[in-house]
Amino acid sequence: MPVVSGQTPILQEQFIKAFRVMLLARLLEKKLASLYRSGLIRGGVFLGKGQEALSVSVGIHLNKSDIFAPLIRDQAGRLAFGDTVLDTLRTYLGSQLGSMRGRDGNIHRGRPREGYYAMISHLGAMIPAVSGALLARRMRGETGVVGATCVGDGATSTGAFHEGLNAAAVEKLPLVLVIANNQYAYSTPNSRQFACEDLLDKAIGYGVTGHRADGVDLADCLQVVGAAIHDAREGGGPQIVVAKLLRLVGHGEHDDAHYIGSDIKKSALGRDCLALAEARILDEQWASEKEIASWRKDINEEIEATTAKVRKEPTPDPTEEDWCAVSEARLVDNFLS
Amino acid sequence: MSGGITYLEAIRLAQAKVLADDARVFIYGQDVGSFGGAFKATEHLAKEFPGRVLDSPLSEDAMVGMAIGAAIEGMRPIVEMQFADFSTCGFNQIVNHAGTLFYRTGVSCPLVIRLPSGGTAGGGPFHSQSMEALYAHYPGLVVMTPGTVEDAYSMLIEAVAIDDPVIFCEHKLLYNHLKAEALPSEALPAGQAALARPGRDATVVTYGAMLHEALAAAETLSSDGYEIEVVDLRTIKPIDTDTVLGSVARTGRLLCVSEAWPWGSVCAEVIARVSSEGFGLLDAPPQRLNAKDTPVPYHPDLWSSHRPTAAAVEASLRELLRM
Repeated sequence: MPVVSGQTPILQEQFIKAFRVMLLARLLEKKLASLYRSGLIRGGVFLGKGQEALSVSVGIHLNKSDIFAPLIRDQAGRLAFGDTVLDTLRTYLGSQLGSMRGRDGNIHRGRPREGYYAMISHLGAMIPAVSGALLARRMRGETGVVGATCVGDGATSTGAFHEGLNAAAVEKLPLVLVIANNQYAYSTPNSRQFACEDLLDKAIGYGVTGHRADGVDLADCLQVVGAAIHDAREGGGPQIVVAKLLRLVGHGEHDDAHYIGSDIKKSALGRDCLALAEARILDEQWASEKEIASWRKDINEEIEATTAKVRKEPTPDPTEEDWCAVSEARLVDNFLS
Repeated sequence: MSGGITYLEAIRLAQAKVLADDARVFIYGQDVGSFGGAFKATEHLAKEFPGRVLDSPLSEDAMVGMAIGAAIEGMRPIVEMQFADFSTCGFNQIVNHAGTLFYRTGVSCPLVIRLPSGGTAGGGPFHSQSMEALYAHYPGLVVMTPGTVEDAYSMLIEAVAIDDPVIFCEHKLLYNHLKAEALPSEALPAGQAALARPGRDATVVTYGAMLHEALAAAETLSSDGYEIEVVDLRTIKPIDTDTVLGSVARTGRLLCVSEAWPWGSVCAEVIARVSSEGFGLLDAPPQRLNAKDTPVPYHPDLWSSHRPTAAAVEASLRELLRM
């Protein structure tokens, strides 16, 4: 299978739009980290710093009627697909009004009825789920639908990755599987994760098309992911995108990531995609420093106002909880009765 | 038993009916297409319903994961596991994804996973398992264990109609041996146990293939003047504690019989509930009879001692009646 790169010309408008979503994701995550350190977020906080260019490129190319199953470092992709600052904060802060109602938290949020799937923690598991959704859409005669899901380098070692991608390939489904090779699965480096030369080589084994993106370069991510989504939409079958980059934070905010060496941080992989995109905008004179500063200010105001609002919202009340895991009331087991 | 419709044919006919009645239904599993399934439970269905009976790769995780995605999108997938034992390879998707989806997101997950369950002579450790207790342990799953031809048919149709994930444990030993004159026109709802044989001296609570061992034991004991009541649970989760307690109230004695392993089994759950909620009804300590706590042995001579048989049920009942 050929390894192709994107050919759509970069549009200034799309680059700016993507940058603004990346900026929103970065500043929102900065706030989440601060709330976590203040003890206001219970459970984990897992950030996508350094992965925004790749992630946003997925969300921005999907339509409302597509399916998206993001993973833990996809705040940017989530926002681009339609998730909001409000629901993000509600989920992290455990508001009863959030989409997960305190029943699940942080990155495990979604609105499956709207094509925005809520990940389970078991890596690779969303690949067959998105594939099944695409199979269902096809059985119903819907065309032009794409399903995208994101994983990291660690998930490529799971059985679910293999089974899901293989099954999608057998059915020639319009699946776009985006692999962010951020060099470490928690603390485990690539050298202890896989032995193939390049994760992109896996495309050949599964009979799918592979695309390589430079994970720190927004223009390249937009082009390559856009081409992959386009090709899937046009009937080209499953597409995988592999992008190398470096996670610029710990696995979670509890993790100081001391295991990431200074050499790799100083390498090309360690560059910050957001700073590079901002430099590009200034260089191309697509916006001035003053304009970017005003975007930043507007975003921070939105985040602060939303945080203040959500902190006043009710948290789930265990006495009001129905403690019911099945949707058909007649099938509730009488265990506690 | 005479007559024409086998337990296996009932399962095939139930699937034909739901495929015909509901455009959302499709079947996904290994060899289920033109081959008709390892046990022929989907024979001719691929031809009859083009594009809706799909061969899957040998990938239990992907089979269940695909069904979950399709269910979220409003379909009603039926997944056929080739043997119940192999569902462990799809276990994560079943318990962590299908079983949690409604509670987490408010979106229900209407899928059916058919597990050809239980032992047959020569099946051995990996083609004989009874997994109902394992799945019943997890929240969010409905677990059915039909023990009659009529239930195999009506419960599978109901399983497809249920908005939640259903683990449908169909017993392989019954596939071709058990026959009925006709398909049922009405049925008890899921979650309701059936009184398979009325009695007054002791209650046997059981399900699946063990129903027939229990009924045979009850018949034998009737010649000695004992009247044994047999309760067929039908659905393991939700479990019908009321019918069980009602029967124990009549007999005062309880034996629970299951082909599954003893530890954390359905028998353990039934006895826990009766002890907790109906202690005063008991005239003797509640008893249980399970398979032995080893892998299911291959050789028929070992297997027939590993699982409870009518003779073993009879012996347990005689002991219970002496207590």
